[in-house]
Amino acid sequence: MIDAVASLVPVNLAAHAPALLVVLPMMIAPIAALMPNGRIAWLLSILTTGASLVMACVLLSQVRSIEGGAVISYAMGGWTPDAGIEFRIDALNAMVLLLVSVIGFLAAIFSWPTVAAEIREAKRAMFYAAYLVCFTGLTGVASTGDAFNLFVFLEISSIATYVLVALGASRDRRALPAAGNYLLMGTIGASFFVVGVGFLYAATGTLNMAELAVRLEAVRDSKAVFAGYAFIFVGLGIKAAMFPLHQWLPNAYAYSPSFVTMFLAATATKVAIYALVRFLFTVFGLEFSFEGSTLIWVLMPMGIAAMIACSFQAVFQTDVRRTLAYSSVAQVGYMLLGVAIGTTAGVSAGMFHLGNHALIKGALFMALAGVVLTYQGTTLNDLKGLGRTSPWTMTAFAIGALSLIGIPLTAGFQSKFALVNALFEYGWWWAVAVVMFSSLLAVVYMGRILEAVFFRTPANPNKRHKEAPLLILVPLWVLAIANIWVGVQGGFVAGLADDAAAALFIGGGS
Amino acid sequence: MLEFVLDRGYYWAFFGLMMIGLYIAFASTNLIKRLIGLGLFQTSIILLYTSLSRIDGGTAPILFGADYPKAKAYSEDQAYETSEAGGSTIQSAYSAAESYGSSGVENIYSNPLPHVLMLTAIVVGVATLAVGLAIIVRIREAYGTVEADEIRAMDLEVAIAEAASDAEESKVGAA
Repeated sequence: MIDAVASLVPVNLAAHAPALLVVLPMMIAPIAALMPNGRIAWLLSILTTGASLVMACVLLSQVRSIEGGAVISYAMGGWTPDAGIEFRIDALNAMVLLLVSVIGFLAAIFSWPTVAAEIREAKRAMFYAAYLVCFTGLTGVASTGDAFNLFVFLEISSIATYVLVALGASRDRRALPAAGNYLLMGTIGASFFVVGVGFLYAATGTLNMAELAVRLEAVRDSKAVFAGYAFIFVGLGIKAAMFPLHQWLPNAYAYSPSFVTMFLAATATKVAIYALVRFLFTVFGLEFSFEGSTLIWVLMPMGIAAMIACSFQAVFQTDVRRTLAYSSVAQVGYMLLGVAIGTTAGVSAGMFHLGNHALIKGALFMALAGVVLTYQGTTLNDLKGLGRTSPWTMTAFAIGALSLIGIPLTAGFQSKFALVNALFEYGWWWAVAVVMFSSLLAVVYMGRILEAVFFRTPANPNKRHKEAPLLILVPLWVLAIANIWVGVQGGFVAGLADDAAAALFIGGGS
Repeated sequence: MLEFVLDRGYYWAFFGLMMIGLYIAFASTNLIKRLIGLGLFQTSIILLYTSLSRIDGGTAPILFGADYPKAKAYSEDQAYETSEAGGSTIQSAYSAAESYGSSGVENIYSNPLPHVLMLTAIVVGVATLAVGLAIIVRIREAYGTVEADEIRAMDLEVAIAEAASDAEESKVGAA
């Protein structure tokens, strides 16, 4: 299917796919801001993210055209890589780009009813402009091959995100301090990252990530490289909501507009994890990251702490959005655990879970957006009995919930199974027990919600039979069916994750 | 030892400013002061990068005198006639400068790249500061204060009230 989409694009356009994917939303954003009417801006952003999705398909089919995965190098503006900025797409980039643009496209389609309900009319065009800028930043991070350029894209997406989160203030004023905190933490994270890049630049004299990897071999024992490594790790850790650095996340997810929550939960932390993995494996290399600095003993405890502690916190929330936000941090723990063992199978499982989690959280938050729209509330009480009054929305929600727990025949099961296999292979049978325990906690916190939704009578008997509008239901069911499809025959996403992991190890090993 | 410390004076300045900035950003309860701390933190990074680019006796990185790549061509053929397409001139000037390497030039230049990077970082910092201040203005409108602890206290009250009404509601539902 992807090849079919890709073959529709003319060759001379396909040659510039890496640039177009990122630049198109960036150029459309100011135009969207100028639109007099939010609806036009909405249509524009659907078209733009759709075009980016096509470009991502083109890139993926180009990467997969060669056995073992091609590496596409695109010199921005015709400047050769070491002097100019290089966009470098390998199997991992292509996977993350496809993920971001699929979610971005579906999010753009479903956004209109919730935006119309939650954002004031005068702000809607600007809202979509900010969304496109955020989308630009995320795709930029996932395609650039230049360390400093990555920082710039990271900040482009983050600054747009702060604005989007703060716009939740019209529903709940707590969105404002949440956005302020996020701004503070996010900026500190990005600044740490840029200090780290500065140290690497001082040690090697280049900013190109592939070139950095080569030149770092020679200066492996330099203190500056170690300092840079620590700064980059902490900086990207904040952005990825790694366990002790995740404090900004629950509030930002709980109070931002529902559309923003859905988009961020499915993409923002994923892209940060991609950047982290890219630096750990490709730039610093497996040997440096895992043997020289015993990273395994840093990532593993943090991943496990996230899986246990945040799952427990999720159990005790009364607001469903907060439950899901804490669960997101816990899921980041699974991915880090997969990455921590540093084997191909482990990284592949981590990436597989990354992709699946985007589908899961996308579906869950989309269903919640529908609930917010029709019933104006997301506490456990508000959700009581909704299984009867809005069965379509809530069935999709239930599929997402089962997938999050990891019931067989859902996406979540496949990636957790891959993770467990990788852990067994590595000999960490006790970590398997931790994964099981954390999944049991997921049964508890998602079970509470499902029980309230399907087996309780509505707290307010006047709740009418009200389904989310079709514009929400269609993308929601696309995601829900994707969850089942990946669960029944996980070949496609698992194949992407395998290729991505293989690309990392080829890049890191040389 | 003392010499070692003093030799790296700019690093100490950088780390000092960075830590002061971080401390203000974390410890202050006033949101505006937090942003000031953040600004200090980001500025210290600019200091780090620009200090990286400096070499002893280096001058501003504009090729001049004997280093100018087309010095001869320009003086002989009059500048404007020789320049073909503008872009390719820049490109060839660049590759000429590159091919000189660090040893080929007669004058000593400091490295321009970190300065250029910091121009971008300054823009990013300004944008962050602007968004931050805008959010603080909105916080002041919504809460009537810019003190983080007062805001937290207000939010806590709301949360407790919400939890209480929630519990009541579920009792009603059960009955």
